[in-house]
Amino acid sequence: MQTSNEAPAKNTAEDRNPVDRPDFISVKDFNFFYGKKQALHEINMDIPERQVTALIGPSGCGKSTLLRNFNRMNELIDGVHHTGDIRILGKSIFDKGVEVISLRRSIGMVFQKSNPFPKSIYENVVFALRISGISKKSDLDECVERSLRGAALWNEVKDRLHESALGLSGGQMQRLCIARAIANRPKVLLMDEPCSALDPIATVKVEELIRELKRQFTIVIVTHNMQQATRCSDNTAFFYLGKLVEYADTQKIFSNPSEKQTEDYITGRFG
Amino acid sequence: MDPIASHSLDFFDSDLSVNSKTVARSLTNRILSGICITLSLLTMVPLISIIFLLLEKGLPLLGVAIFTELPPAAGMTGGGFGNAIIGTLVMVGIGLAVSAPAGILSAIYINEYAPTSRLSQSVRLVAKLLTGIPSIICGVFAFAVVVMTTGSFSAYAGGMALAVLMLPTILLTAEQALLGVQSAYREAAYGLGATRFQTIARVVLPDAFPAIMTGVMLAVARAAGETAPLIFTALFSQFWAKSLNEPTASLSVLIYNFSTVPFPHQIAMAWTASLVLVAFVTLANIAAQTIFSRKN
Repeated sequence: MQTSNEAPAKNTAEDRNPVDRPDFISVKDFNFFYGKKQALHEINMDIPERQVTALIGPSGCGKSTLLRNFNRMNELIDGVHHTGDIRILGKSIFDKGVEVISLRRSIGMVFQKSNPFPKSIYENVVFALRISGISKKSDLDECVERSLRGAALWNEVKDRLHESALGLSGGQMQRLCIARAIANRPKVLLMDEPCSALDPIATVKVEELIRELKRQFTIVIVTHNMQQATRCSDNTAFFYLGKLVEYADTQKIFSNPSEKQTEDYITGRFG
Repeated sequence: MDPIASHSLDFFDSDLSVNSKTVARSLTNRILSGICITLSLLTMVPLISIIFLLLEKGLPLLGVAIFTELPPAAGMTGGGFGNAIIGTLVMVGIGLAVSAPAGILSAIYINEYAPTSRLSQSVRLVAKLLTGIPSIICGVFAFAVVVMTTGSFSAYAGGMALAVLMLPTILLTAEQALLGVQSAYREAAYGLGATRFQTIARVVLPDAFPAIMTGVMLAVARAAGETAPLIFTALFSQFWAKSLNEPTASLSVLIYNFSTVPFPHQIAMAWTASLVLVAFVTLANIAAQTIFSRKN
């Protein structure tokens, strides 16, 4: 991991920057449908700036669906629609004037299964820049080093930037995907079960990385792993059957949940 | 008695000695393996014997003149079929220039843009039906559309007939190639804010390219050997073609013409032309496979 002079980020309220917006992402009365099937019911939540917010819940509870609405990835599926609104920095992402392409360019996304392109490590990282029309070599070089350092991968791959990304280990591939996602300096980083396909050592590295990255990014992470939520998130939202059951400080959710369903889930009585 | 126990050999209960059941089982195994190996070897027989036959009958006349001179008149000796080689290359080239863009772009449309639309389903169905159309019908079609309207047999008409023949192969193999691209790649590109065009051009096509090219080469190999579509459209010519708008010689039609005449020299030349055609197609295939598989 990167060495840093600062103390490691702690998940306590005192560390939070008072100028950060508590409602960086704001979900209002949000309902989402796949065809006739309603996947999300009346979701209301504010996701604070530069913190890690974990979405937990059993499979099919709608947490990934909500995550994929933040950059409108769900629109790639036929027959979906929604009611209500999602605002980022006060601006509706569904507004007629919003171009979905520019929305996605300002939000990084990391998927469950690491999916580097079958290109070199270098080309993977600069993909977002290339599609924005940036081709100046010094800009690209700067971006590759900054992003790979940001994803704690630079030291491992700096000597083989032009080799295929498919030769990396599973954990390195996922960190490469994180580097690729932050290359465009997005404000928000969405992570859809980023560690579910990784071994425990690679998972620890990615989790350390997540805690490091929240200095710069507002992070929303979907996870099945409750230890992971406790280890790296500041806030946790528990979803069940498409509804937001409870949303609070991670410590509170895991030590003293208000809802019976939350308690049953985190103690492993169902789910 | 337990029906399963009576029919299967329980490893733990058996005394591990060879008995009639194990012997029968191992015998069946060997017989089936033997049949599979024999049949696999048999599939290689036609190709190998064709190559030997062509080498034996075609090599004697093979020389520089074959590539540079014109076909001999009836009963004459010497000469070559340079015009037929060029004619075949030109007409396959015309066919490729028409069918490759049309086939690959259609495949992109039906796989990437609107996979479930009615248009895509129709295109897919029509392409599958088109693969079953006999090549002679492609020739008749190009005759009606090009030869009848322009009033002349031509390389254009031959190329069009070959294009119709190649189109479904290219389209369907390109579609399979695109289907073989992991959807995770598309998702990653869209997630990074790529437009559909950028996703296709920068991620999907580079990954599918080797497989698409394999399909194109298959189509080329098939078209280069076709006689029927060319008899109706390009006809034949004893001379060097001065334009694309006149009857044009091709290797396949030359083989057909010369093998049906009573002159030994012409018949020998038909064998040599067959050898050249097979060598041309085989080399193109091998070259394509080495170039495109290395890239992947």
